[in-house]
Amino acid sequence: MSTPFLTVSPSPHIHSDASVQKLMYGVIIAMIPAMAVSFYVFGIGALFVTLLSVVSCVVVEFALSKYLLKKEPTIVDGSAVITGILLAFNVPSNLPWWAVIIGSIVAIGIGKSAFGGLGNNPFNPALVGRVFLLISFPVQMTSWPVPFVSRFQFLDATTGATPLGELKEGISAGSPVSDLMSEVPSYLYLLAGGMAGSVGEISALALIVGFLYMLWKKIVTWHTPVAMLASIVVFSGMLWMIDPTRFVDPVFHLLTGGIMLGALFMATDYVTSPMTHKGMLIYGAGIGILTIVIRTWGAYPEGVSFAILIMNGVVPLMNKYIKPKRFGIK
Amino acid sequence: MSLTINQTKTFPMGGVHPDENKFTADKPIQRLETPGEVAIPISQHIGAPAKPIVEQREKVKIGQVIASSGGFVSANIHASISGIVAKIDKVMDSTGYKRDAIIIKAGKDEQEWAEGIDLSPELVTTISLDQEGIIKKIAEAGIVGLGGATFPSHVKLSVPKGKSAEFLILNGVECEPYLTADHRLMVEKSAEIVVGAKILMKALGVTKTIIGIENNKPDAIQKMAELVATEVGMSVQPLKVQYPQGGEKQLIRAAIQREVPSGGLPIDVGAVVHNVGTAFAVYEAVQKNKPLIERVVTVTGKDIKNPSNFLVRIGTPVGELIEAAGGIPENTGKVISGGPMMGKALNAVDIPIAKGTSGILLIPNEESRRGKMKACIRCSQCVTVCPMGLEPYLLMTLTQKEYFERLESDKVMDCIECGSCSFTCPSDRPLLDYIRLGKKTVASLIRERNN
Repeated sequence: MSTPFLTVSPSPHIHSDASVQKLMYGVIIAMIPAMAVSFYVFGIGALFVTLLSVVSCVVVEFALSKYLLKKEPTIVDGSAVITGILLAFNVPSNLPWWAVIIGSIVAIGIGKSAFGGLGNNPFNPALVGRVFLLISFPVQMTSWPVPFVSRFQFLDATTGATPLGELKEGISAGSPVSDLMSEVPSYLYLLAGGMAGSVGEISALALIVGFLYMLWKKIVTWHTPVAMLASIVVFSGMLWMIDPTRFVDPVFHLLTGGIMLGALFMATDYVTSPMTHKGMLIYGAGIGILTIVIRTWGAYPEGVSFAILIMNGVVPLMNKYIKPKRFGIK
Repeated sequence: MSLTINQTKTFPMGGVHPDENKFTADKPIQRLETPGEVAIPISQHIGAPAKPIVEQREKVKIGQVIASSGGFVSANIHASISGIVAKIDKVMDSTGYKRDAIIIKAGKDEQEWAEGIDLSPELVTTISLDQEGIIKKIAEAGIVGLGGATFPSHVKLSVPKGKSAEFLILNGVECEPYLTADHRLMVEKSAEIVVGAKILMKALGVTKTIIGIENNKPDAIQKMAELVATEVGMSVQPLKVQYPQGGEKQLIRAAIQREVPSGGLPIDVGAVVHNVGTAFAVYEAVQKNKPLIERVVTVTGKDIKNPSNFLVRIGTPVGELIEAAGGIPENTGKVISGGPMMGKALNAVDIPIAKGTSGILLIPNEESRRGKMKACIRCSQCVTVCPMGLEPYLLMTLTQKEYFERLESDKVMDCIECGSCSFTCPSDRPLLDYIRLGKKTVASLIRERNN
């Protein structure tokens, strides 16, 4: 009997159909609802910023890995596309083109490639880019187009404050929270996405739909987002119960700013979050508490980005000391 | 019937669900024609190799001892065909090494059995031997764990002083994809398995037996449950289809909710686990005086013409089984002895079937190569699927960096090598390969320290 040439390798001899590419494309699909809402609410501005951000992230990743790191570029894995979309999600829809490009270079170059590329970066690349832009170009980064108003204009869009911005200003001017709340849209409206803000953060509903898709496809687990949202509800709820004239209620926190985007899509980033479920719970809770601390007592109206980046820094330590429950060890 | 009990019992952490591909689940066990020549390795078990006691040109009968146990942890080896000992020579076995084997050529005459072996099909239910007699008989018959671990069964039955057995757990889980040898045995030889279990209970002095079977074998569950319904202290436990449900520690946890402590043995929690195939072999040895000279082997694969369950004499070349199943498909890229998750890849098809060979699996070319390794994206899937609560990604890195002390404190020795981590990794990282390397070094460091 003639035998074909046989491959010999150690077990296991089969592999699940999981691949980095599949996971990444799954995340991209999960971001489509939020993207669609942003195009609908902010019009061509959102479309332009998203496209530019994706293209420049991909180009920067390709160029850096090919010419600087001399590695085979890993564009097909889709991670640069995700960083591009997430960066766009985190900036206003009328951000000048040069700022988008600078943000992409910082996100991919400093946030990711400088550490050795996919899998090695301690901090969320999109957030590194976003925070760099916020600190360097505060004016451009905090001028928010008013929803639905100038959907077909880009550069001279009508701008206004975000609900969080209005609140921060009002509270520091001494107005009670109840007066300020009359100026923000209804919670239902906020849930659907009718507020001023960054491109991808406005619709909690669309983000939740995308997240459920990721849960269904087993791309992410519930641990980090649930811990983060729960800690926000508990912490801000305690403050609110102590003094409702100075502190806003938890639902407002959940629906405004970047909390949903942060909890569901930024904090769940594989590379920069803990490796154990226990670690994820602590990590999520830490982000939630830091976010409320920054929103309530910090100089910025929003604190999700900073909170995630700070907790990113603690992840290696958590991986070292927080171990899974071992079988057969009490 | 005990089918009303919780059917989704499983182990507490991790696990994966590969495609089951049990093509041969409905194929009755077929007796394969006695081969003209067998090569019987003298080391088919864990422990010391057996010592050959036959000479070249000596005439042997089926069931005659041809190599005797080389120590307490060792097993007798018997002739599986009658004929002439052609030679004792180095023959490649499933480990890929050439090791001593006794080669027997069938004579021209009728096949001849050794005296005292009861070949009638009648079921013998009365157990006449006492505890000691049973263990002695099992040792004489050369029975080893037929699930694949091949640990000599009489050793497992000799409970060490200071420990006591409370439960006998029969492993009919067969969680490996493709394989159906145990499944068919439970369907076709259920009565014998139950008597085998009773013999094992008597040997251990236990009053409780749980037979664990995965939910994807409803016919086996049905059959076994019907039979044990009238038995005292015996029950069938259907289990969730989840790999590695048949891992010894996982099965014990699912069946009796006790965790074998890290570094410990099943007997530490009062359990002794035997495969259903072993129970059948025990029945044949004790009731029929028939030593372990044949076993059921599943021959299967996606492209093989007639995937089958064969009853095969030990020492039959793998190639003969493949021929009987329709020949080797041209696009075969890998031949595996055992299942796809824990089996060994063979580099030739002329190696002999051994006591521990539960299946021969042919994998087509396109599935036989691993994907290219990519960077770890820290998705933590390997941590999630590890049934022992370990961190495979970390163990791999620690092995690469040779941090052996941390490997030990991060419990590398608890790894059961089920392969769930490598199976799952989206970056195709060879996690288990590295963990095995790390384990090997840590094991030798521990040995050095203890000496």
